[in-house]
Amino acid sequence: MTTPAIEVRNLIMQYGELVIMRDLNFSIQRGEVFVIMGGSGSGKSTLLKHLIGLKAPAEGTILFDGEDILASDELQRKAVLRRMGVLYQNGALWSGLTLAENVALPLQEFTTLDARAIEEVVALKLALVGLRGFGEFYPAAISGGMRKRAALARAIALDPEVLFFDEPSSGLDPISASRLDDLIVELKASFGTTIVVVTHDLESIFRIADRALFLDITEKTMTALGHPAELRDHPPSDEVHRFLTRSSEGLS
Amino acid sequence: MTSGLAELRAADGTLVTVLSGDWSLERETPRFEALVAGSESAHGKAVSLTVDATQLGAWDSSLLVFLEQAQVYCDAQQIDLDPSGLPEQVTRLLALSRAVPERATSVNTPDRPSAITRFGASALSTWASIEQTLTFAGQVAIAAAQLPTGKVRMRWRDFWVVVQSNSSGALPIVTLIALLVGVIIAFLGVVVLERFGAGYYSSYLVGFGMLREMGALMTGIIMAGRTGAGFAAELGSMKITEEIDAFVTLGVSPIEHLVLPRMLGILLMMPLLTLYADFVGIMGGMMVALSLLDLSATQFVGGMLMAVTLSDALLGVFKGFVFGLLIGFAGCLKGLQTGNGASAVGRAATSAVVLGITLIILANAVIDWLAALLDI
Repeated sequence: MTTPAIEVRNLIMQYGELVIMRDLNFSIQRGEVFVIMGGSGSGKSTLLKHLIGLKAPAEGTILFDGEDILASDELQRKAVLRRMGVLYQNGALWSGLTLAENVALPLQEFTTLDARAIEEVVALKLALVGLRGFGEFYPAAISGGMRKRAALARAIALDPEVLFFDEPSSGLDPISASRLDDLIVELKASFGTTIVVVTHDLESIFRIADRALFLDITEKTMTALGHPAELRDHPPSDEVHRFLTRSSEGLS
Repeated sequence: MTSGLAELRAADGTLVTVLSGDWSLERETPRFEALVAGSESAHGKAVSLTVDATQLGAWDSSLLVFLEQAQVYCDAQQIDLDPSGLPEQVTRLLALSRAVPERATSVNTPDRPSAITRFGASALSTWASIEQTLTFAGQVAIAAAQLPTGKVRMRWRDFWVVVQSNSSGALPIVTLIALLVGVIIAFLGVVVLERFGAGYYSSYLVGFGMLREMGALMTGIIMAGRTGAGFAAELGSMKITEEIDAFVTLGVSPIEHLVLPRMLGILLMMPLLTLYADFVGIMGGMMVALSLLDLSATQFVGGMLMAVTLSDALLGVFKGFVFGLLIGFAGCLKGLQTGNGASAVGRAATSAVVLGITLIILANAVIDWLAALLDI
């Protein structure tokens, strides 16, 4: 049996004394699109921060390819980070660098490619996200949607094994959002990339997800895990049913 | 794992690129131009290029980059590139990368404008900047004038935050700098005046120097760096996160809600901090004078009071008031003028400090000149 790309065991997430989520147990298999869904404030983005090692669990363990990133030494940690790509909610492009420099930086840090080869990889990545010819622009000079796409080009610069997306479609027009979904599916199909997406965009969830995890803000734990269509047809709780059918019945 | 390899073969007007091995960004992979250069004779009459990927192993973006190079070559040579031999995933990714055409125009401006154009643009930009500054000054003056009438809704909580930050929060740094300035003036006085047997008069120098000049000036410079930069960074961050736009679209004046509390806060605290700096500076000067000269504290204070009058102290306090106004003005103006991006906030903070200190020194010179004219 192969090791899952990510394994979460008995995770408890806290802000200070406040417990956000508890008893989280799940694994993300290689090459699947795994969606973390839930209402606003349910802790989706916080869970993502735990998965990418930005926040330490209050209790429990998170294993990336069988390794606990937080317990690893600096070199191991860097090697693990090399295999990840993250698209942050607002892009988080470095404002002092052009789009090309933003995408080039991880390549300069982690590969031995020469300047010309890096330039070509950067051009390819920008082209993949529909930004061919925008390399010389600074983030401040382009729209929010374009910034997000450029941030995706940076996230896929190193052909990561696991890609994390935090609310990828927020702030995007429907065409760009749909194109981004296409790209997610394509990255999975072509490179076998494992993709973890935090979103509450139902259209996107049904289109891209192989499995989805539901974080219930009331129960403060996960209450559903499975294919979104199955969860919609056989919801394990009213909250999951309401979420997946955009229904407000039962709410006072 | 074998490295990615490519070979070029020619047959019946068709070039065949044979791909093999594992292609990875981690390792060196072939370049299409090098491949062509190595087999010049093979491609002379070629009309199409096909790819044989039957021996291709694992691959990543390095293969796509190679195929992009091939596409560029084919476009230049007017040769058809037949992608049918490629794995389906590669074809789809290449199609995706070409789905949006390249942006036609460059981000750079094409030609450098002439000297006259640049001079004109610079003059217009300076005029626009003056206009903005005057508009801002006018808006602040109107809002301040309307405050007692109750027409302006200022956030008093922000005002008290500024007051707190510029009172107890600023005391440590003001104490340190004022004490050292007092010590330096006293050293200067003792060293120079002792040569003429007039070391006693160093108390004049400390009192006169701190109350009229250095107390207000040093406090002003410290606060321009501390509070002025803070105002600019705070308002600049609000500008780039559209918080200020949110005020405007709600019909709420950012001048009333953001600028006025800050300016009034620093305006109130600067004269008080100046008085405090005067006191600390004189104490520092007295410590030096007492340790180096045969003087008692009573003699030092008595000597100082013979030369220093209440108007000297009031002039210093007045300067503190003016400097407070200028620090708040520079900080808030530069904050509201912030451009886009995180670096713009840094630039706003820097220019707030530069403008604040320049205005303080300029104002100090003007006030001294007027004081001399009016015999104060």
